[in-house]
Amino acid sequence: MSNIAIQVSEVTMQYRLAVEKVDSFKNYLIKKIRKEMRYEDFFALQNVSFSVEKGEVFGVIGMNGAGKSTLLKVIAGIQKPTLGSVERHGSMAPLIELGAGFNGELTGIENIYLNGLLLGFSKKFIKEKLDEIVDFSELDKFIHTPLKNYSSGMKARLGFSIATIVKPEILIVDEVLAVGDFKFKEKSEKKINTMTENGTTVLFVSHSLGQVEAICQRVLWLEKGNVKKIGPAKEIVEQFRNSQ
Amino acid sequence: MKVYIQNLTRYKDLFFELVKHDIKLKYRNSILGILWSMLNPLLMMIVMSIVFMELFKTNTPNYPLYVLTGRILYQFFAESTSFAMDSIYANSQLVRKVYVPKYFFPLARVSSSFVTTLISLVTVVTLIAVTDVPFRWLNLMFIVPMIYLLVISAGVGLILSSITVFFKDVKHFYSIVLLVVMYMTPIFYPASIIPRKYQFILNLNPLYLVLDMFRDIVITGSIPALSEHLILIGYMIVVGLVGLGLFYKTQDKFIYHL
Repeated sequence: MSNIAIQVSEVTMQYRLAVEKVDSFKNYLIKKIRKEMRYEDFFALQNVSFSVEKGEVFGVIGMNGAGKSTLLKVIAGIQKPTLGSVERHGSMAPLIELGAGFNGELTGIENIYLNGLLLGFSKKFIKEKLDEIVDFSELDKFIHTPLKNYSSGMKARLGFSIATIVKPEILIVDEVLAVGDFKFKEKSEKKINTMTENGTTVLFVSHSLGQVEAICQRVLWLEKGNVKKIGPAKEIVEQFRNSQ
Repeated sequence: MKVYIQNLTRYKDLFFELVKHDIKLKYRNSILGILWSMLNPLLMMIVMSIVFMELFKTNTPNYPLYVLTGRILYQFFAESTSFAMDSIYANSQLVRKVYVPKYFFPLARVSSSFVTTLISLVTVVTLIAVTDVPFRWLNLMFIVPMIYLLVISAGVGLILSSITVFFKDVKHFYSIVLLVVMYMTPIFYPASIIPRKYQFILNLNPLYLVLDMFRDIVITGSIPALSEHLILIGYMIVVGLVGLGLFYKTQDKFIYHL
């Protein structure tokens, strides 16, 4: 049994940006025959390799558009990389898009079921954990209200509570902690901390360098889709700050 | 392969929820709700029977039952495939945000149509009860052609849903295809009016083969020939595999086109 939780090997994510939009078959055929199809290649990620050890808190930093979110989506399995491969060892909870599939017409409870099923939980499991989810989100007063009447903070709280109800072996966090009031922020940070103490591997993406420095052991610095540096958190964050 | 089976068991609750959701959505805000699954083919049958029995003086025996079965099976094929065609688009939010087995979307839609179709078959039972067509044990075999049709529709649905992501034109074109299919299949006219030299075209039409088998079982009570089963099983395997293959090959690119 190896000690690796996530192994990213030479991942390249290439987008073909068609210079003009072609969305009808006729158009496509004409363009193809006349050899007028022009593409521009755009690399969101280029030859990215790294591995995260079990129980490690691993940070990813970089400017906007450096490919952080794409990297997380690839690791979470939402997108397949153009080249290269990603290996995951252990169950995973991606806190990337909280509340996927939330439907404004349905009540809080119904949305818990819907979102939970989309995350791959069984119906039975959700039923068992329902009280715990509602308790953690502190929404018991509104849980039978249609979601369209929720504030964005309330929705985020509900989404966070559902996604973290499992004890995953790998947790992927994408700046979700920026939502909600400071009290809920504290609470969710605490929950993530207890998870890491129990040996959960965390992949953490944030713009808040202070936070990254405080909780991560190692950091990956992405620049324009390439790995600029990987190393101990303090060192890399320091260099990143100085380069600005 | 192992991963696929693991995924399937992990997400099976989601699949049933999607099917339920589709059925609910179809009858949302209508007072009669699911009753429409039965009313619609019945009303259609009445109109068609009046037109063809009174105006065209058709001599097909048990014409109302003939047109009702034709209508229900054609409607299932048309509805499930065009409903599946839209499925990736309609769920583009989810496809972009979370990992879900994508083939769930078209297959859930075909399955939900199948459920409503089974409900509408209650009208066939009622019609048999009020006319002089006898009930036979053989009638229970109706599920066999239904399953052939289910798999063929699922295959077509998978093909359409993946192509539509890349070319939206398919959506407009398909309604014409469905119209051609409707006229090429003996739904409201008897198969015998097709000239003998064109009969082979009819025998290539899987929808007709299914319909013919269904009518044999339900109306005339005759046992379908083994060769018909073999042809339909062949269709089922080919269309199903092409659908799965095409969908599997293209699904990673959906995200760039949504």
